[in-house]
Amino acid sequence: MSTKTAGKKKSLSLGKTVEPYLYLAPFAIGVILFTLYPIVNVVLLSFKEGYNFITKDFASWGIGNYLYVLKDAYFLQAYKNTFMYVFIVIPISTCLAVVIATLLNQKIKFSGMFQTAYFLPMVTSTIAIGFAWRFMFNYKSGVINYLLSFFGIEAINWLQVPQYNFPALCIYGIWAILPFTIILLLSGLQNIDPMYYTAAKVDGAGPIKSFFRITLPLLAPTIFLVVCVNTISTFKVYNELFPLFQGAGIANNLFTVVYYIYYQFRVKSPARYGYAAAAAVLLFITIFIFTMIQRWVEGKTKN
Amino acid sequence: MLDKIKYSLKHLTVGRVIIYIFLTLGAIVMFFPFYWMITGAFKTYFEVTAFPPVWWPSSFNLDNFVTAFNMAPFMTYFKNSVIAMVGSVGLCTFTTILASFAFSKLKFPGQHIIFGLLLGLMMVPFEMIIITNYRTIIDIKIYNTIFALIIPFTSSIFYTYILKGFFDSIPDSLYQAARVDGCSNWKYLWRIMVPIARPSLVTIILLNAIASWNSFMWPMLAVVDKDLRTLPFGLYAFVSEGGAETQLMMAASTIIVVPMIILFLFARKQIVNGVARGGLKG
Repeated sequence: MSTKTAGKKKSLSLGKTVEPYLYLAPFAIGVILFTLYPIVNVVLLSFKEGYNFITKDFASWGIGNYLYVLKDAYFLQAYKNTFMYVFIVIPISTCLAVVIATLLNQKIKFSGMFQTAYFLPMVTSTIAIGFAWRFMFNYKSGVINYLLSFFGIEAINWLQVPQYNFPALCIYGIWAILPFTIILLLSGLQNIDPMYYTAAKVDGAGPIKSFFRITLPLLAPTIFLVVCVNTISTFKVYNELFPLFQGAGIANNLFTVVYYIYYQFRVKSPARYGYAAAAAVLLFITIFIFTMIQRWVEGKTKN
Repeated sequence: MLDKIKYSLKHLTVGRVIIYIFLTLGAIVMFFPFYWMITGAFKTYFEVTAFPPVWWPSSFNLDNFVTAFNMAPFMTYFKNSVIAMVGSVGLCTFTTILASFAFSKLKFPGQHIIFGLLLGLMMVPFEMIIITNYRTIIDIKIYNTIFALIIPFTSSIFYTYILKGFFDSIPDSLYQAARVDGCSNWKYLWRIMVPIARPSLVTIILLNAIASWNSFMWPMLAVVDKDLRTLPFGLYAFVSEGGAETQLMMAASTIIVVPMIILFLFARKQIVNGVARGGLKG
């Protein structure tokens, strides 16, 4: 009798210890195979010199891939372009989004219609709508050049003349990132206690004054969060290059960090997996630094 | 009636007029590429190359769509996109539910360490591991098959993190009570937790489906056969390989974008709330 209950207890506790892992197993297989293992592997790969993709042989361990990449003109250009892209797209899109979110947060009619118009770019394929932008940027028949002509600006060859490629990419990038930015800011605005505005009104503060004295300070943590998240996502700019320029542009002047990775193992012949891996690790280090800065500032503002 | 007009006029201050004008201008700019794409899909070759631009197509017929479909197998691309989306979102939702439940309601050794590690892994951009994942799908022999578009996406740390957060908000007392009544974990999860978490699950599924439908980078690397291309990759190849004319490019783009527009119109609130709560997957 007593042995029977003891046995039952034992199997019950065994079930308890094994069961959670069974729930985790399907998830864990995917994570280990397609996230954890590839991370370890890409770091190892970045230190393998002369890696042969077919035989998996390599000449030696070393930092040769990093030395090559860090001296490669395309890689340096990629970092310069990517940073410039972030520095242009983030401030402009954030400022626009703060204003639009504040206005959308007022009691307005047709808010559903406005929201649809402002948020739609978020759910659409970067490639498909990018082709619409390519059509709009067209040198001879593009609607953008047509509208600019009203301001006396001569037709700009956005897509074929290297110096105009980057501005075109930024314009498309700002448009594409706005919906996400507005949504996050709007939810931040909705968390502000309306009491503050009532009090400000009683004190005779106008809408402009209450925007700068109440909205902006209370929205600051959300703005900071959005800037961080967007910095990381715009740092990975890549898809946008394809519909507009079919890659890095006709003069190979539009390399970005992620495009460089793609270039090393897909465009270049023969493919250089080691260089691509080294660039991938450097991308991760950059994003890691961004994330640490974000956590550090968040920690500081909380105290 | 007159009172009503007087009332609304009184509230229509200069400030509000400015707000409406500004918002309308912004909305026009944001929506314009969609308008240009969809109307462009109905224009003739002469209309898309005309300057000044033609604002409205002279006739609405499906000629451009028919031509585009004849030039490239968009039906096959569409089918592949649907299979890849249903397969990866379905499997991912299943593994996400199970893992979130384990992390939220079950207790096991190493729980917090594992979850902390996962949060760390969330920082890793997919672009970093794309080379080694490419290697993996070749090694496990699913390269250039439809499975290459599904298998790597069966687990998501991001969605598990979101759903675990929601599961955490369901009181433990409910779980204890059900356990006392002899309800198994499995039964409890599917009969009680999942129905309660339905709004969150719908949001996760929607965000995942949108991401899958629009994905471009991975399908471009993971398959080479024309018959296995998904819509964004197929569209890109259609334009870059075939040098398609603008009106055909717009017709093909419209095919990809319209299902997502429809989805957004029906599920705007869930999508917007989901994005506001968790952000998008980077």
